[in-house]
Amino acid sequence: MSDQGTLTTLSARGLTRNFGAHTAVSDISLELRRGEVLGFLGPNGAGKTTTMQMLTGNLAPSRGAISICGIDLLEDPTAAKAKIGYLPEIPPLYRELNVDEYLLLATKLHRVARSARGEAIAVVKQRCGLADVGRKLIGTLSKGFQQRVGIAQAIVHEPDVVILDEPTIGLDPIQIREIRNLIRELGGKHSVILSTHILPEVEAVCDQVQILHHGNLVYSDTINALKEFHSGRTILLGLRSPPGAEALAAVPGVAQVESVSATVFRVQFAAGEDPTDQIVTRSVKNGWGLFQLNPAQSSLEDVFVHLTQREENN
Amino acid sequence: MIFTIAAKELKGLFASPLAWVVLTVMQIIFGYSFLKRIDDFLQIQPRLVHMTNPPGVTELVVAPTFATAAVVLLFAVPLLAMRLIAEERRNQTMVFLISAPVSITDIVVGKFLGLMGFLLVVIGLVALMPLTLAGGTWLDYGLLASLTAGFVLLAACFAAVSLYMSCLTAHPVAAAIGAFSALLAMLLMGETAGDSLRARGWHVPAALVQVLSPLKNFEPLGRGLVDTYAIACSLLLTIAFIVMAIRRLDAMRLRG
Repeated sequence: MSDQGTLTTLSARGLTRNFGAHTAVSDISLELRRGEVLGFLGPNGAGKTTTMQMLTGNLAPSRGAISICGIDLLEDPTAAKAKIGYLPEIPPLYRELNVDEYLLLATKLHRVARSARGEAIAVVKQRCGLADVGRKLIGTLSKGFQQRVGIAQAIVHEPDVVILDEPTIGLDPIQIREIRNLIRELGGKHSVILSTHILPEVEAVCDQVQILHHGNLVYSDTINALKEFHSGRTILLGLRSPPGAEALAAVPGVAQVESVSATVFRVQFAAGEDPTDQIVTRSVKNGWGLFQLNPAQSSLEDVFVHLTQREENN
Repeated sequence: MIFTIAAKELKGLFASPLAWVVLTVMQIIFGYSFLKRIDDFLQIQPRLVHMTNPPGVTELVVAPTFATAAVVLLFAVPLLAMRLIAEERRNQTMVFLISAPVSITDIVVGKFLGLMGFLLVVIGLVALMPLTLAGGTWLDYGLLASLTAGFVLLAACFAAVSLYMSCLTAHPVAAAIGAFSALLAMLLMGETAGDSLRARGWHVPAALVQVLSPLKNFEPLGRGLVDTYAIACSLLLTIAFIVMAIRRLDAMRLRG
């Protein structure tokens, strides 16, 4: 029991939240162990933010229980919140303070011992690349730096669970890469929950994935399972003189053919099959004029469509 | 934790131009009204000499200056209080406080104390003005003390009501106008309802209405009369609105 207590940093069971008659989040359960990064994936309005607000005590769940390192968030919110660091979608920054003042305020509010505050702020500034902007007003910083300050306030008190709501939104590619590296690094010591609607982001940093759709959990597994699930299953095929979708669909192992344009097709493979070789052989034999063959990066949308359809079929 | 939040509010106020504008404008108004009263006092002074028990300079100059200050506070406090919660909600910074291991009570009381800290600076500046007369005349320090104490209570009432109104909306300007309207309604009601109830001989309702009229409770202290019922009314009003603000913010977590 005590072993489990130290390993499991966050556990939520049966979380449900209603806004009037509308159910924003329905019966979501999740468990996170120390050192894990959990990706929370979903389109806008899927209930990601609502779930995160509940996990951080900003919103009371209509039903369900949350415990942080074995402390019940609803019964003892102050003790549980001390173990959480939260970066909401819009970073909660006081524009009129400078970075040092703001981080000092964060350490005070999170009850970091007086003697440890200076050290904690220096370390977090180093980690988030804020070492040179300590005396600048937050309001004058660029969006990327403001986002880093937002992350810094979430981790300055060394919380057990770090919850980041769309941390890379609005950043340029270089900043996104830096923030992702930072998140991976955080994953070593803390448990991290990350929400996003960008699939590659989840692939890049997460160990576990949960996909939300209309407030329901439609997928929950490790990242490797998701990778298998969504890559290599479809290819884009370009043929100068195509034989028609039926002929392509007739190739053994092809599940579905969809024409993107007159000459380009999206070919979906049946589970566990890879008929690429077959398609190339037939193209050469029948003179289809193959000019393009590449694995289609299936978008998050495809994964969703698939998952939600599977859900409905079940 | 309460004092961390109070210090943050005070710092935030002085880091924004609003506090300085309010202080400047108030100081100009107080200065003008104070000098005008002194001028009037000097003109009627020869006649006062012939009276058997003439009112002193503290009664004729200082008390009216505080009355002017009360009217100015009626405008200023709602503007200062709109920052406390409505503006934090609009800027989405309230999450920072609510996610921290701090109770809602700490947040609300801390914010109230932060605003009171600023108002004490204002009150200090008002109280300093009469003290400049101390070199040239005899001041009634007892009256000055009771005026200042009454004024602190009045400011606390205004601050608590405005803080509560600040919890009701995420629109700072709507919060300020709401607070101003509420305070004005309380003043008018205190003037009319209390008196008319008393005139009909309904003393208990009149006494209850007095809780809701901060300016009425300031009057006895403004005359140098330490009226414990008035003081209790002021404290009751302040505490009631702070408790309502706490409950309101707590409910926000439930309602979303």
